[in-house]
Amino acid sequence: MMTFASLVERFYAAMAAWGIPWIVPTLIVMVIVVSVVLAYISVAAMFMIWWERKISAHIQVRYGPMRVGGWHGWAQSIADGIKLLLKEDLIPAGADKVVFVLAPMVVFGATVAAYVTIPWAPGLIVRDLNIGILYMVSISSLVVVGIIMAGWSSNNKYATLGALRSAAQAVSYEVPLVLSLLGPVMIAGTMSMGKLVEAQSGRWFGVLPGWFVFPQIVAFLIYFTCALAECNRLPFDIPEAESELVAGFHVEYSGMRFAMFFLAEYANMFVVSAIATTVFLGGWHGPWIPLPGLPREVAHGLFGLVWFQVKCYFLIFVMMWLRWTLARLRVDQLMAFAWKVLLPISFANLIVTGLVLVLGKQALLYVGGIAILLLAAILLAARPAARTVRVGERT
Amino acid sequence: MDRPIPIGTTVVMERTGETMEEMYVNMGPQHPSTHGVLRLMLKLDGEYIIDCIPYIGYLHRCHEKIGENRNYTQIIPYTDRLDYLASMSMNFGYVLAVERLMGQKIPERAEYMRVILAELQRIASHLIWLGTFGLDLGNFTIFMYCFREREMILDLFESVTGQRLNYSFYRIGGMPMDFPETFLTDCQVFLTWFKPRLPEYDAIMTDNILFQKRVQGVGISPPQVAVDYGLSGPMLRACGIKWDLRRNDPYSIYDRFEFDIPVFDTCDVWARYMVRRKEMEESVKIVEQALAQLPPGEVMAKMPKTIKPPAGQIYSRAESPRGEIGFYIISDGSPKPYRYKVRSPAYVNLSALPEMLKGCLVADCVAVLGSVDIVLGEVDR
Repeated sequence: MMTFASLVERFYAAMAAWGIPWIVPTLIVMVIVVSVVLAYISVAAMFMIWWERKISAHIQVRYGPMRVGGWHGWAQSIADGIKLLLKEDLIPAGADKVVFVLAPMVVFGATVAAYVTIPWAPGLIVRDLNIGILYMVSISSLVVVGIIMAGWSSNNKYATLGALRSAAQAVSYEVPLVLSLLGPVMIAGTMSMGKLVEAQSGRWFGVLPGWFVFPQIVAFLIYFTCALAECNRLPFDIPEAESELVAGFHVEYSGMRFAMFFLAEYANMFVVSAIATTVFLGGWHGPWIPLPGLPREVAHGLFGLVWFQVKCYFLIFVMMWLRWTLARLRVDQLMAFAWKVLLPISFANLIVTGLVLVLGKQALLYVGGIAILLLAAILLAARPAARTVRVGERT
Repeated sequence: MDRPIPIGTTVVMERTGETMEEMYVNMGPQHPSTHGVLRLMLKLDGEYIIDCIPYIGYLHRCHEKIGENRNYTQIIPYTDRLDYLASMSMNFGYVLAVERLMGQKIPERAEYMRVILAELQRIASHLIWLGTFGLDLGNFTIFMYCFREREMILDLFESVTGQRLNYSFYRIGGMPMDFPETFLTDCQVFLTWFKPRLPEYDAIMTDNILFQKRVQGVGISPPQVAVDYGLSGPMLRACGIKWDLRRNDPYSIYDRFEFDIPVFDTCDVWARYMVRRKEMEESVKIVEQALAQLPPGEVMAKMPKTIKPPAGQIYSRAESPRGEIGFYIISDGSPKPYRYKVRSPAYVNLSALPEMLKGCLVADCVAVLGSVDIVLGEVDR
């Protein structure tokens, strides 16, 4: 099978045969891969920004951008990007300059690093690490370090509050997020992103696609909820809640540094959607036909590429849809939701999955999933109403 | 901070030194959700609010002193700028005070016009409040929905008055001109469009569990506190006190219409939300009845060239969308008032904010402030 990894191996071998030291081909591959990934991120993020403005506009009975570029303002993001690039590079007098400058780079770098293990298509993955999913989750949680750096170095109270909220939120939501990913990992028996997709190639009961979203519906819902929190999207956007904290951690940033935060946010949305697509929605699996004049593998790869993008952008659309219809949660409700609701449910899901796998009857997974959902719904409905916490009452 | 504060003292928050436990945050006057140029000094313990002092006066423009130097008709445009989101109600309150002082009767048709415009204004004002309240809680979509409907009301007002925000349309002794021919049908079209929109707002706000969680049990002002501070309007009715000047101290022709006064008794942000939400329905009812009963005839009474109310004084109040708008006028028989004082509802309602905020989170601060529904033009005068 022709894969990206095998192509790289052949390139290395050819270079070695020419007697060129190993560092040269490695650097060449690195530069090409990074350029392609960065180009993809920039274009995709610009598209997503324009798309979000259009979606929000249509939800709100408006048109959104209509002027720049002619057709439905498609060039609006590009124009905005150029404007941000040309703006004055401003660092507040009271800021910790080194950290202030580094923070957007950390955020953007952490996001970009996660693109390494995204399985775009059959055989097309930069590096299929055997702990791929662990790598992705952990590298993208480095984002919060950058956010804290930004909040702290800005020397602004709103920024500090936003950064502290962000840290609390990330720490809380990463726990159920990782636990929810463990269910599919247990079924597939691997953490490699490529192998996780391959494990979903079959069919459940001969009808449903073999995606893990069906037996692991609970895990999927938990993952998606946590992913929203991970990206600081509404209803979990409290670190940058504009009505409370003005803009949260990036209140002092402007120009290109602000653009990097902005770009990273959208790139991060794509990352969490890519994880969801890979782990729950069957990755690049989807109906495909051999294209005339193309090798079978290439045609499969092309269809895989398209299917992966379609699934990712569907999830991104859902995230945008939620953002423009829901209100924001409060910080204490957010914490309570993570620790008191999501965490127990994800543990229950883990236990049920484990039991079923030991018993060896996969069909029971569906029963288990539905049972957990029902139980969670009943428990949630039966919860006593939250009371207002007054100063002095809390411990 | 102990109540009551002696008049004339400047309240300054004592800074006991910033520690890791206590933080002072200056919210406003350029904060996106202080609804204008309000400045709140917050004393925080983590995210909890220990104390809060609202600082006002950024929009102060000597409204009352200007009033003493203008004749009675010239004051009308100044009242527009009090509560610029409900100019009609401000005009209404002022001309009512002067007419009561003069003992002036006004034509039937003008009374009906006044009620129709004032109730449409109430809907428009509550729509703005609903939209910005949604914005405070992070729901941008409701804001655009509300503005769509408000725009229609503004179009109606434009067809009547030629203005979209500061109408100056009420006159002492009636109305300057009749409705345009198209107004009645346009108004009906608006009402038929508007009524099915209210359930849409419910779908996106009232029934949303995230929204309910944010507003229920937050910013509580017990009935006694509400009365002590002199709250009025929706703020008071959200404390379970059925007090509406349109019913309790009827002015104009409000005693001729059938409408309910929504009252909720949970005293929290949710109750204030529900009161205003229901009031929109009631205002629709009033407008419909007034349109059906609208009599023909003159719209302006015979008035003297120069308005010189007899020497005396009057306190006259009306129900604005924000509460009791009162005008206290002392006349010495000259064309200018000797003393002109405005009791503005948002100012009084805002005074209870620190009471409601203590123990809340920063995030609740915007919800509570939003539920007070302040207009800084009226707070600062």
